[in-house]
Amino acid sequence: MARVKLISRFFEIQDSHLLPIYEASGGYASARRVVTENWPADKIISTVKASNLRGLGGAGFPTGMKWSFVPKDHPGPRYLVVNADESEPGTFKDRQILLNAPHLLLEGAIIAALSFGAEDAYIYVRGEYYEPVRIMEAALEDAEHAGYIGRNIFGSGRTLRFHLHRGAGAYICGEETALLSSLEGFKGWPKLKPPFPAVKGLFGKPTIINNVETLSYVPIVIEKGPEYFAGLGIERNGGARLFGVSGHVKRPGVYELPLGTPMKELIYEHCGGLHQDRKLKAVIPGGSSCPVLTPEEAETVNLDFDSLAKIGSMLGSGGLIVMDDRTDLVRVLHRICKFYSYESCGQCTPCREGTGWITRIMTRIVEGHGTSQDLDDLVDIAQMIMGNTICPLGDAAAMPVISFLTKFRAEFEKAVKPSKKSLMSEPVGA
Amino acid sequence: MPVQFDDEKLEQVQHLIEHYPQKKAAIGDVLYLAQKQFGHITPEVEIYIASLLDLPASYVHQVVTFYVMYLQKPVGRHLIMLCDNVSCLLCGAEDLVARIREKLGIGPGETTPDNKFTLWTVECLGACEMAPNLLLDEKFHGNLTPEKLDRILDEAE
Repeated sequence: MARVKLISRFFEIQDSHLLPIYEASGGYASARRVVTENWPADKIISTVKASNLRGLGGAGFPTGMKWSFVPKDHPGPRYLVVNADESEPGTFKDRQILLNAPHLLLEGAIIAALSFGAEDAYIYVRGEYYEPVRIMEAALEDAEHAGYIGRNIFGSGRTLRFHLHRGAGAYICGEETALLSSLEGFKGWPKLKPPFPAVKGLFGKPTIINNVETLSYVPIVIEKGPEYFAGLGIERNGGARLFGVSGHVKRPGVYELPLGTPMKELIYEHCGGLHQDRKLKAVIPGGSSCPVLTPEEAETVNLDFDSLAKIGSMLGSGGLIVMDDRTDLVRVLHRICKFYSYESCGQCTPCREGTGWITRIMTRIVEGHGTSQDLDDLVDIAQMIMGNTICPLGDAAAMPVISFLTKFRAEFEKAVKPSKKSLMSEPVGA
Repeated sequence: MPVQFDDEKLEQVQHLIEHYPQKKAAIGDVLYLAQKQFGHITPEVEIYIASLLDLPASYVHQVVTFYVMYLQKPVGRHLIMLCDNVSCLLCGAEDLVARIREKLGIGPGETTPDNKFTLWTVECLGACEMAPNLLLDEKFHGNLTPEKLDRILDEAE
């Protein structure tokens, strides 16, 4: 399928982060229309529902449905939170939007806020995104000056204040309830659901948390109509999304494609195939937590939520990591385990302890001291973490372990043979 | 240096608090402000911030220790945050760590004797299409090679 240029067209326009340039290409028309035509909340929600837009942060939850969960008669404030805490290894699409189309995000956020009556919106950007934060700050200032956000938006008498919040380096804060804890001034500790944030969220008030990319598609859905957007994708998997490809391909980058596009097409056509025309060994399909795919799986699966789920993996954040035949998968898994162990927030015992055990065993293996018992222990520990934690970080840590060891067992067996040597002196793959 | 904001900074603290319905929610922003002023967050700074936000010092301490970007110890004049997560590892992050060791004589977590550079290896910086990459203070550098890294380090004042 051909690439589409809905969000990504702004990546090609010079200075598209500036308000006049954004407006010259039709920017803020959707928000203006929704506000000045006084769309009732139901109309906004039914439009987004009809587009089949799903949450693009990783979970894939239908966006319109999420907005409809805010209780209509709830007295007092309600909040919109923009999740710009993009930190899942292999994921870099939101950064592109923050840098190139901050007003598209704001426009989507305005429409989202109107769908459930929020008057305050928090944008939580990860602390390491210095440049995106600077650009977003300028965009907020310009949008407020133009009367699109703040008091009396588009002359409607309605209020929508935006607040920019910088995270401080904690992967867990990308998980929505941890993000709320962090915004409330606490450690980024996830909270049990229910109650869901739509009912009891930020400061105990109804709250909708949406990913940057999800919100950025909203003005496009309004502009082009939900049927157009839904029609780009396949059944129940609306529209397009930004796929970020990194690792061993000729042209790494962000590619906007309809959902349902074959993964093979993305890797071999859009990205030009593997670097140095090497052979494919493995693909992590949607950020490092998603179960790894074999070449056979990668070359036959389609890029949509349901197709990946069907083969036991996930589309996740749409960040693909492509690995060639020289890659040492034992060391790749070791690095992934280190990540989740380091980022475990420490709240739930299975994750706090389990990720540490797994990492210590993996360290032993890559240093050449592993045993075949270690391989069984790794899977056992991962299975004990799965499903036994408050938030999905536990599962995110367990799934790579189980999938790497199941699908690439021979490579791990080799690493724990008596004749083994330390893997640390060889490159991981380059 | 006494642990005390001047009037202008105190006014900024008030503005930061106004963004939230609860005072303590401003803690992250105030910690960044303090870090800019005092260099890093010492126990004295924690006690001072606690007094500004009506919180126990222990509460401030648990927040400071949870997030990596609040510095509990001083770093060199320049902080190198080099990503060695999967995509960067696949594209040669280890060569960059080796080059820094060779050139500056420091490994991850260490600071040069002249206090010019501190090296951290960090988790994914969200720019994997430009792997391997790093942040030098607030500036991002991608598609690095050892040679390009040399130039970036040489240009740092």
